[in-house]
Amino acid sequence: MTTVLDPTSESRPEQRELVPRPESLDGLTIGLLDISKPRGDVFLDRVEEKLTGLGASVTRFMKPTFAKPAPVDLRHEIATSCDAVIEALAD
Amino acid sequence: MHTMAEITTAKPLLPDGLVAIVKEDCPTCVLVAPVLADLADRASMTTITQDNAAFPQAADWVVHDHDLAYSWFHDIDTVPTLLRVVDGEPTERLEGWKRDDWEAFTGIDDLGADLPDWRPGCGSLSVDPNRVDELAVRFSGSTMRSRRVEIAALEDEWEALYDRDWSDGLPVVPPTEARVLRMLEGTTRANNEIVAVVPPDLADVNVEKIAINAVMAGCRPDYLPVVIAAVEAICTDDFNMHGVLATTMDVGPIIIVNGPIAREIGMNSGGNVLGQGNRANATIGRAVQLVVRNVGGGKPGGVDRSAHGSPHKIGLAFAEDEVGSPWTSLAESRGFDADQSTVTVWCGGGPQVFVDQLSRTPESLTKHFANSLKTNLAPKMAMMETLLVIGPEHMSRYRDAGWDRARFLAELDSHLQLDTDDLIRGADGIDEGLPEAFAGNTIGKFWPGGIHVVHAGGATGLFSMAFTGWVPPPKGSVCTTKEITR
Repeated sequence: MTTVLDPTSESRPEQRELVPRPESLDGLTIGLLDISKPRGDVFLDRVEEKLTGLGASVTRFMKPTFAKPAPVDLRHEIATSCDAVIEALAD
Repeated sequence: MHTMAEITTAKPLLPDGLVAIVKEDCPTCVLVAPVLADLADRASMTTITQDNAAFPQAADWVVHDHDLAYSWFHDIDTVPTLLRVVDGEPTERLEGWKRDDWEAFTGIDDLGADLPDWRPGCGSLSVDPNRVDELAVRFSGSTMRSRRVEIAALEDEWEALYDRDWSDGLPVVPPTEARVLRMLEGTTRANNEIVAVVPPDLADVNVEKIAINAVMAGCRPDYLPVVIAAVEAICTDDFNMHGVLATTMDVGPIIIVNGPIAREIGMNSGGNVLGQGNRANATIGRAVQLVVRNVGGGKPGGVDRSAHGSPHKIGLAFAEDEVGSPWTSLAESRGFDADQSTVTVWCGGGPQVFVDQLSRTPESLTKHFANSLKTNLAPKMAMMETLLVIGPEHMSRYRDAGWDRARFLAELDSHLQLDTDDLIRGADGIDEGLPEAFAGNTIGKFWPGGIHVVHAGGATGLFSMAFTGWVPPPKGSVCTTKEITR
C-alpha cells in the first residue's frame, strides 16, 4: 500500500441557501452589472428597457475591469441595494 | 542477542563503553569479525549489527539495529564504526579498520594479528540511498500536516492519482511522504509557511503543498525555491491569476528565470529553449500550474474558460542566456542585480517564430522585426504587450553594432507607431478595429513598456520568437518579478 499526501487545499465549499425566487418583478430593484467589456452597455441598455417595462426599477453597476473579479465592496453594494441581480458575461 | 519488537521513533541511547556498528554485507566488517569477538571478551564491547541479527554471531554482546534507529540517530555513515559511549551518547568515533588506530582507541593490544593493517569501511545502511528517505520520514518527526491518502495495494497508484482528478493529463509522480520530505530539503523555509493565496478558490498555499505539487510535476528538490517564487509571483493582485485563468483567450503564465540559480539547477537557455528535453524547464512551469489546479481549484471547464488553451499552459519556464548576451538581462532591466536569482512571470499566449536570414545591419533587422510584430494578436490591435525572445544569431547583429537594450527598444518602437485610420472599425473592409473616435491619429502597437525582451535560443539559426500578450496593465495582468530565496 502506498500513502500519498493530498495536493489540494483540503477545503470544502460552504453550502448556502438560495434566496426565494421572486414571483414578479413589479416594484423590485434589479441590479445590472456591466463587466466593462466593449459594447456590454448596448446589451444592458436593452435589458434595462425590458425590465423597466415589466415594472422593475433598475440600478446599474460596473466592474473596473472585466479581467478581474468584481471588488468585494461592489459585490456588497449590489447585495444590499438590490432585490435581484442579473450578471452576465459578454464578449 | 537483543531484539526489539517495536519500531522506534525516538532517539535510542547507546550502551555505554565501546560500541562497534557493522553489517554483514561489508567485506571489512566480515574481515574484523574475529576482532569484534575478541573485544567483546577483553573490553566488554557491544557490537550493533545493521543487517543480519546473527552477525558476527548470535551472542549477548550483539544487538540488532533492526529499524536502523541506532545508526540513524547517531549519524553512522560508515561501517565498521567504533564509538566510545558515555551516558548513551558517542564521545569519540573511528571509521574503517586500521589496526594501530583500533588499538589506540580501545587500549587493547594485539588486535587482529592475521589481518591486513588497513581496510576502508563500507557505507552504512542508514545512508543507503534506497532507505534514507524512508528513514527520514520515520525518524525526523515529520511535521507535514497534509491529509494522508492511502492507495490500496491492488490499486495502480498512477491511475489512482488520475482518478482523484489531480493530474493535468500527464502522469504525476505519486507524492509519497518520503518524496515530499526530500523535496522540502530544497528550501530553508518552514513547510507550514504560507506563501500565497491561490486563485480562483483563494486558498492559502504553504510550502508543503507547493512541495507536494512539485513532486507530482517531476521537479528535483533544488527547483523548489524557483517554484515557490513563481507561485508567489502569479498569486499577486498585479499578475491577476484569476483573470489569466478565467479569460477565454489562450494565455497562461510564462516563467523566465534569471541569475545564478538558473545555471545551478541546469535550466536550459540555449537550443530548444522553449521546447522539450530539459527537466527543470519542463517541470517548474508544470508545478506552478498544478498548484493553480490542485490548491487553487482552477481547472479547464471550471474557472478556466479558455476557448483554445495553448500547449504552453501545461507549464512554461525557461532561463535567459545571460552569459552569451551583450545586454543587461530581463531581471536587470527590471531593477534587480545580476547576482540575484529571480523569476519573472508574464501572461502570454503562444509564441510565433520571426524569420530573418538576410539582415546584416541592426537597422534592417529591427525594422523587419517591427513589421512582423504589427500582426501580433491581430493587425488592428494596438497598445498591446509582447515578450520577445531574441536568438543569439540575431543578437550578434546588435552586439556587432554596439546597440544596447534601450537603443533597440527605442528603434523598434519608432517603427511600431501605427496610423489609426488603418485600424478603426471597417477599415480595409474588416469590421474589427478601434472605435471611430480614434481616427486621424497615430498609436503604438504596444503600450510604452509593453515590450519585454529576453536573450535565449540555440547558437545557430537566424530566428527569434514573439509571444502574444493579454489585456495590458493595469486592467489585465502586470509582468511581475520576485527574488528567489532558498
